[in-house]
Amino acid sequence: MARSTRAEAFRRGVGDGAPFLLVVAPFGMVFGVIGVEAGLNLAEVMGFSIFVIAGASQLAAVQLMAEGAPLAVVLATALAINLRMAMYSAALAPHLGSLPMGRRGVMAYFLVDQSFAASVLEFERRPEMSVEDKAAYFFGVIAPVCLPWYVATLAGALLGTGLPPGWGLDFAVPITFLAVIAPMLRTTAHVVAAAVSVVGALALSVLPWNLGLLAAALAAMAAGAAVEIAAERRAVR
Amino acid sequence: MSLSATEIWAVILALGVGTFLLRFSFLGLGGASGWPPLILRLLRYTPVAVIPGLVAPLVLWPAATDGSPDAPRLVAAAVTLGVGLWLKSATWAILAGAAVLTAMLRLGL
Repeated sequence: MARSTRAEAFRRGVGDGAPFLLVVAPFGMVFGVIGVEAGLNLAEVMGFSIFVIAGASQLAAVQLMAEGAPLAVVLATALAINLRMAMYSAALAPHLGSLPMGRRGVMAYFLVDQSFAASVLEFERRPEMSVEDKAAYFFGVIAPVCLPWYVATLAGALLGTGLPPGWGLDFAVPITFLAVIAPMLRTTAHVVAAAVSVVGALALSVLPWNLGLLAAALAAMAAGAAVEIAAERRAVR
Repeated sequence: MSLSATEIWAVILALGVGTFLLRFSFLGLGGASGWPPLILRLLRYTPVAVIPGLVAPLVLWPAATDGSPDAPRLVAAAVTLGVGLWLKSATWAILAGAAVLTAMLRLGL
């Protein structure tokens, strides 16, 4: 009985994860192409996708490395982009926290935007699920998301080595980032945070080592949270 | 890329370990989270707080033109953002932006 609900939860996860292929496959290829264009070799490009497994931060790191930013700034900026994953971890901990430590470690490695988004939705919709079923669902979502991520990166890297220069590939990073950010601008708070980030980064671009970007990001986070709190107060009244 | 292989791998491994620790943080503690809601609220905005600021100078002052703004890249950026907002799809936004940029560069606009 328990076994069959677990298998069913896994299959449901695979079904809910499958549509993300449309995002993951092109994004992985873009990272592969850009990594090679920036001067990384195949092993280094794959190293990013396997060890980091977080596309936006990988792109940011490669972009800043190519610009010659100090390594500390490369790391600080890329990790800042991934801070949201601590929030994902906090949101899933009440659901998955009772699993054995080893399994939680494996799940943490695979805690990406897609596995978080699908799982949080599913666990809220079906609070009666057992923790084992929840874990099975999570791994189901991962299957069509994370394995294709590695394959798509590899395909992009192999493709990138054969691409002629002069295709405007220098602009692939900004286009990819804009495409990732646009669907995230759901609320006024997100739009305000993005606007503060842009204005702050441009105004502070004279600061050395891209420190202006980090300062602007902190201000933008505060602005987003402030707008959200103000909106909640208005809704309560 | 002017970095040595050692430096590149240092970035990959440090970013990998750091990102894993962020993901493991609360899951590792198990059970309910002990952090104040304000911190979690701030964390929610990290992608929209970092990425737009990273992109803005790349769009306005592209390295390919030695930092002077140019029409194909500005228009491609606007189209990407517009399509992304409209269709809520990163894939269509990338395709639209790349198509506009390629077309404008090929036509010499």
